[in-house]
Amino acid sequence: MAKSSSSDAQALIRSLRSAYAATPTKLKIIDLYVVYAITTAVIQIVYMGIVGSFPFNSFLSGILSCVGTAVLAVCLRIQVNKENKEFKDLSPERAFADFVLCNLVLHLVIMNFLG
Amino acid sequence: MPQPLNLNRIHRWGLQSPPASHRLLPCLIQPSMADPSEAKGEGSLRKAFGGVLGVFILLLIGTLAFSIRLFSVIKYESVIHEFDPYFNYRVTQFLTKNGIYDFWNWFDDRTWYYLENMSTYCKNSDLDIVFELMLLVILDRYPLGRVIGGTVYPGLTLTAGSIWWLLNNLNIPLSVETVCVFTAPIFSANAAWATYLLTKAPSHQFEVKGTGAGLTAAALLAMVPSYISRSVAGSYDNEAVAIFALIFTFYLYIKTLNTGSLFYATLNALSYFYMVCSWGGYTFIINLIPMHVLLCIVTGRYSSRLYIAYAPLVVLGTLLASLVPVVGFNAVMTSEHFASFLVKCQEVFIILHVVAFVYYIKGILSPKMFKVAMTLVVTIGIAVCSAVLAILIALVASSPTKGWSGRSLSLLDPTYASKYIPIIASVSEHQPPTWPSYFMDINVLAFLVPAGIVACFLPLSDASSFVILYIATSVYFSGVMVRLMLVLAPAACIMSGIALSEAFDAFTRSIKFQLPKLFEASPSDAGDTNRGTQDEPTKVDNNTPTEKTEATVKERPSEKHRKKEKKKLEKGKEIKEKGKENADKVSNKPLNAKKLLVLPLEASAVAILLLIILGAFYVVHCVWAAAEAYSAPSIVLTSHSHDGLHVFDDFREAYAWLKHNTDVDDKVASWWDYGYQTTAMANRTVIVDNNTWNNTHIATVGTAMSSPEKPAWDIFNSLDVKYVLVVFGGLVGYSSDDINKFLWMVRIGGGVFPHIREPDYLRDGQYRIDAHATPTMLNCLMYKLSYYRFVETDGKGFDRVRGTEIGKKHFRLTHFEEVFTTHHWMVRIYKLKSPKNRIRGKSKKKTNPKTTSKINSNKNVKKNPWQ
Repeated sequence: MAKSSSSDAQALIRSLRSAYAATPTKLKIIDLYVVYAITTAVIQIVYMGIVGSFPFNSFLSGILSCVGTAVLAVCLRIQVNKENKEFKDLSPERAFADFVLCNLVLHLVIMNFLG
Repeated sequence: MPQPLNLNRIHRWGLQSPPASHRLLPCLIQPSMADPSEAKGEGSLRKAFGGVLGVFILLLIGTLAFSIRLFSVIKYESVIHEFDPYFNYRVTQFLTKNGIYDFWNWFDDRTWYYLENMSTYCKNSDLDIVFELMLLVILDRYPLGRVIGGTVYPGLTLTAGSIWWLLNNLNIPLSVETVCVFTAPIFSANAAWATYLLTKAPSHQFEVKGTGAGLTAAALLAMVPSYISRSVAGSYDNEAVAIFALIFTFYLYIKTLNTGSLFYATLNALSYFYMVCSWGGYTFIINLIPMHVLLCIVTGRYSSRLYIAYAPLVVLGTLLASLVPVVGFNAVMTSEHFASFLVKCQEVFIILHVVAFVYYIKGILSPKMFKVAMTLVVTIGIAVCSAVLAILIALVASSPTKGWSGRSLSLLDPTYASKYIPIIASVSEHQPPTWPSYFMDINVLAFLVPAGIVACFLPLSDASSFVILYIATSVYFSGVMVRLMLVLAPAACIMSGIALSEAFDAFTRSIKFQLPKLFEASPSDAGDTNRGTQDEPTKVDNNTPTEKTEATVKERPSEKHRKKEKKKLEKGKEIKEKGKENADKVSNKPLNAKKLLVLPLEASAVAILLLIILGAFYVVHCVWAAAEAYSAPSIVLTSHSHDGLHVFDDFREAYAWLKHNTDVDDKVASWWDYGYQTTAMANRTVIVDNNTWNNTHIATVGTAMSSPEKPAWDIFNSLDVKYVLVVFGGLVGYSSDDINKFLWMVRIGGGVFPHIREPDYLRDGQYRIDAHATPTMLNCLMYKLSYYRFVETDGKGFDRVRGTEIGKKHFRLTHFEEVFTTHHWMVRIYKLKSPKNRIRGKSKKKTNPKTTSKINSNKNVKKNPWQ
């Protein structure tokens, strides 16, 4: 049982890798950006665990800015992905413009809330 | 030629793109027998005409919404109503005079005045008292006051302030009061337009049908009495603006859900921010939307548009909500949000991500591998989840109220407030509504709503499932608190709009199909049209909404049904071919391609007539409600008698007297209802006002009103009160006076000070003020201040509200003196008498002169250390 599950796991990882390698470079860049944002959020949480959350609004705005940019990047990825039938007629330029606008609003709010 | 849709494909829309056929549909006219090009040309002209007509109708609806709310301005004057709006008006005045930065930092010391109770320090010597007082002043605890920037929802005042500023810059010099009075009607017109937009989206994805339902819903909302009651001209309260924000936020959410555009998601978050700024009811939105997302996921309607609609809203919305000072960190911490943030909002956020990830993996893996992945993940996942859940439960269970605030708890358990928090229970708006109030407030819509719910299920799209959820939750909450009928009103209007539009559609379609039959007399044609109608396949249309027409319509179709069935079976193949053609054309028309039954002509005509009459009843009721029931400004009262119209302007008379005849620093004590009005119109500091945030303070005032004269004087003196204001309706029959509210004063006071017991004021469980009243009642301050010199009016002291003669008729006040009574005796103002310097008679009893002087000096110290 254990052997089959481990070999299953290996097969799974292999197939995941090969499937992912097939995605276009544009999407991989966006994925990298998402991973970066999440890592920054994790670093902030660890820092808060060490130092305490005194200016809570700063902590909140920091965390939410990381999570926010990650979410928006995922939305961009969804809209730009050619395999998504629903967004067939949405040009990638329009998607990117929306992404920029949303990020602008997000960062404006964060700057205000950072204190 | 697109195939006729069957029902299966409709239900799986969530996972696939919507069928392309609806985009091919250029226009929705009945498929005439003319050739297609001509039909198209005709169609686009009709469509243009329809568009212009739609815009014109919307303008009319806006005007209707505005003008139906102007009754009080016409009948009385352009004055601000009720109690709460006076506070908002005062805040807006401050904003327009001092600008926005001072507004954020304003500390209002004209309310909640509170001087630390002297008696707690009189056991020490004079020096200690001086030190304690100095400390108090240094610590800035001298007045309680109210931090306006942090405790007020700024949306309404900022909106009115900016309108005023804009108009003034355009050189239209409207006063602040005018702008405040008319803000509500303007925003109700906006709300009607927002309802049009919101209803257009979920109804069946068709333009024309959607537009019809939208216009109906907008017209219904413009007039619905429940919304009128809170947004009449002069009712300058948060709900006036908040309902518009609510509907608009929902519209943007639906729009994002339908289109999947990030632009609309941003707009949605901004609109949510406006809602948070305006009203405490924003928690409704932030709890409803996660519920809907969860519903979509659970029913298998997950799509990437759902992710785009929800995820940015959570992040941006939380940030924006924390920006508003009133909400602050409550957006993340307390449990209304806690339920929202960690259990609802955030948890649904996490669930959504998990589901999205799962779909993504499913997309890139082969099915076998996917199964393997699932088993692995599930085993690990369950272990982690249960650990996290255990921690969460421990955290929540450790807090006393499990993290929920009083008001939300009372929403979940309707009996909570009456058991534990008498102040919340005493507000009449917080009581559960009675059945008649449903018919008063939403009238005809009450039985159109179920029809609308059924219509939303055919077909069920994301947007229509949202509206169904909205109405279900709002019906529940409106059943708990009358005030929340306001949130029910837009949902009811949307549902009724959809129902009415569907009904009209079905009936007019029946008439249209059968009109040619009437005019054509020749048998061949009759045969043709006969076939035409028979080829309409025979499934019953579920949309027979109104109760009045249901009975008549049901029997007839069933008979004609059977006849058509027989004839159809007879004709055979020939009919089948033609039938297919017709069926294709028919199924082009409505996308829910449900083989619709054509109702008999007479029934349809009668039904349309009845629906129009129904609408007429609704309009008449709404106009009556707006004119008679909801337009009273309650600061000016009128009554009709045999010698004409009497106007009772006593409140403003009293406040004007206070303003002109008292010092600026004098404090006025009254029951909390009149606090806002006193500060706004009389410009004097009050002890308690409508904000009711400090229960102990209110209980102190209540105890003072319930005590005999001497203890009451002591309490008021320790609060540094100069004047006491009492509202009395016995002479004119005004029933919302303080004697009628007195039992609440006793209850609230008794909740904090146990020596006040409610049974002491009741004789055999009954509340009386006549000769059989209890001595405690006859001696309390409220009785004395209300009925002082009342016998002089008619010689017998007959109280018109209670309907009896009063118990104690001739008495004198020892510690208060009457300074002003208004024309109709409705407001009575008393001044606290200063204490006597020498106590006559008593000093003779004391033999020891030393102890006498000590007692005297002690008494002086207790009462007036500064004089």
